[in-house]
Amino acid sequence: MSTMQKFVGWIDERFPLTANWKTHLSEYYAPKNFNFWYFFGSLALLVLVMQIVTGIFLTMNYKPDAALAFMSVEYIMRDVDWGWLIRYMHSTGASMFFVVVYLHMFRGLMYGSYRKPRELIWVFGMFLYLALMAEAFMGYLLPWGQMSYWGAQVIISLFGAIPVIGNDLSLWIRGDFVVSDATLNRFFAFHVIALPLVLVGLVAAHIIALHEVGSNNPDGIEIKKHKDPVTHIPLDGIPFHPYYTVKDIMGVVVFLMIFSAIVFFAPTFGGWFIEANNFIPANPLKTPPHIEPVWYFTPFYAILRAVPDKFLGVVAMGASVVIMFFLPWLDRSKVKSIRYRGTLYKSFLTVFVISFIALGYLGTQGVTVLTTNLARGFSVIYFAFFLLMPWYTKIDKTKPEPERVTG
Amino acid sequence: MKKFLFALLFVPLLAFGSEESVHLDKAPVNLEDYASLQRGARIFTNYCLSCHSANAMRYSRLEDIGLTKDQIKNNLMFASANVGDTMSISMSPVNAQEWFGAAPPDLSVEARARTPDWLYTYLRSFYLDDTRPTGWNNTVFEKVGMPNVLWSLQGEQVLKKSADAHDENAAPEFELVKPGKMSQVEYNAMVGDLVNYLTWMGEPIRTTRQELGIVVMLFLGVFFILAYYLKKEFWKDIH
Repeated sequence: MSTMQKFVGWIDERFPLTANWKTHLSEYYAPKNFNFWYFFGSLALLVLVMQIVTGIFLTMNYKPDAALAFMSVEYIMRDVDWGWLIRYMHSTGASMFFVVVYLHMFRGLMYGSYRKPRELIWVFGMFLYLALMAEAFMGYLLPWGQMSYWGAQVIISLFGAIPVIGNDLSLWIRGDFVVSDATLNRFFAFHVIALPLVLVGLVAAHIIALHEVGSNNPDGIEIKKHKDPVTHIPLDGIPFHPYYTVKDIMGVVVFLMIFSAIVFFAPTFGGWFIEANNFIPANPLKTPPHIEPVWYFTPFYAILRAVPDKFLGVVAMGASVVIMFFLPWLDRSKVKSIRYRGTLYKSFLTVFVISFIALGYLGTQGVTVLTTNLARGFSVIYFAFFLLMPWYTKIDKTKPEPERVTG
Repeated sequence: MKKFLFALLFVPLLAFGSEESVHLDKAPVNLEDYASLQRGARIFTNYCLSCHSANAMRYSRLEDIGLTKDQIKNNLMFASANVGDTMSISMSPVNAQEWFGAAPPDLSVEARARTPDWLYTYLRSFYLDDTRPTGWNNTVFEKVGMPNVLWSLQGEQVLKKSADAHDENAAPEFELVKPGKMSQVEYNAMVGDLVNYLTWMGEPIRTTRQELGIVVMLFLGVFFILAYYLKKEFWKDIH
């Protein structure tokens, strides 16, 4: 026995290292027919790690103080060794996190990955999405630019629309009557420790639940139905390591190429990732003419503005996120994957994606009669996709699923 | 469905129609042109850096555009003693607010907030206006608190014809009523240098960033080829 084996043996007697390695990597059998859409789970994990590491280094020089915050970011950009790279990686990472997560969620929609027995994976994922939104929102305040400040001001004031407790609630969140130093300090605390802890914990729960039931695949059928009679390994399964680790490395490199192209050649991404207004220090006395959230929030912002009543708008915005939690129980189709679904579901999904993107676009635009009416139309489609799902998935003409994965 | 897709087509058009836009001239930005950046730095420290600060910018950073410490110290520093100091000013924001109605903003990242084109057009769009307390107005920034600090160079101009607010391509017309020390061509070039400098100052790392980016992309390109063949090798038995 080599020294290495002896060392691992010593650990295994005290901690299930080899057992865990097997359960989650070398003997975790994933369907062999994963396609392009299956890169985004591991990429989301990569971005999370990148955000945590760059975030730690930013924290070393950032000052969570209303008088110092803005200039401390510029200090990082200019005087800290490699500070500009770390900061751009972090700001680009925030947006790319949402790109990756939205594609990851869309994959779930297409192949029915939220269906039984994977309901909890979806629910944990939705909690992750909520935590990520809170994390991004609070992080965006920290540079203390005009858009940071007024974005936070607008969003926190939404809580004020809740009857009876609204005003006290928003006061409690801000710790002041307007967004101020107190708000910045608590958002910093939530952004750097509270929410990252929640995120990491939920990621663990998401992956444990996944590895308990096994991964879905583009055919939406269970590979565990056909096992080798001797080894009990699914016939269409391959060990995650090395097959998907080497495949994911390829995905990671492609992702890093896109990521680096943004970081090195267009870090503000034309104002979509870092808004021009955020290069003006926060000024509580000067409201910018256009206040708009960062792109990843704009679909929900458009839904908020589409409703004429402020409180009902807040309710609609909340409902637009919460309704996604119930997806596993709204879908009554006999099949999971879009490959075997009928025209009805395909049409609904297409129109849903179009309205989500359109709402995202409308959320960045100023309010006119036309944009408001369009946002209303698209909001109705957005909700119809979920609320009518039990009906259209049930009557949809599905195709028979294959017995084995089709590659 | 058809109606809906039709409506969708119009969404992007809407954005351009609804916003009032000011005509902007293209700023001649070239961050590789050190001579222009140095001239711009000279104008900046002479004309801007008494009312405006650049608190994020250290004088010593000017070494990045080819100046030596001695050159910076002897030619560009008027108030500060140390070449490592930031470009701060002694005028307090409170006083400034009282004198000008609004405190002159810090210019460290102004080019990133406003865009170089905006600055280039703005600095050439001052005109005489008796209704303003300073006697100056500006077509890009209406009722601006700042007078035309560069008037001795540009001369004095009046607004002959306002631009059509709904036509982005329409520029206002000015008429020079009193010539300055520079011709219009010289003045435009000088403002171009200044805006070039302001752009550089907004992000001094920009050229380094882009150069490093090319190396990173090449590295990742090679990495991809290796990763691709590694995957292919491992997967050759999976059908």
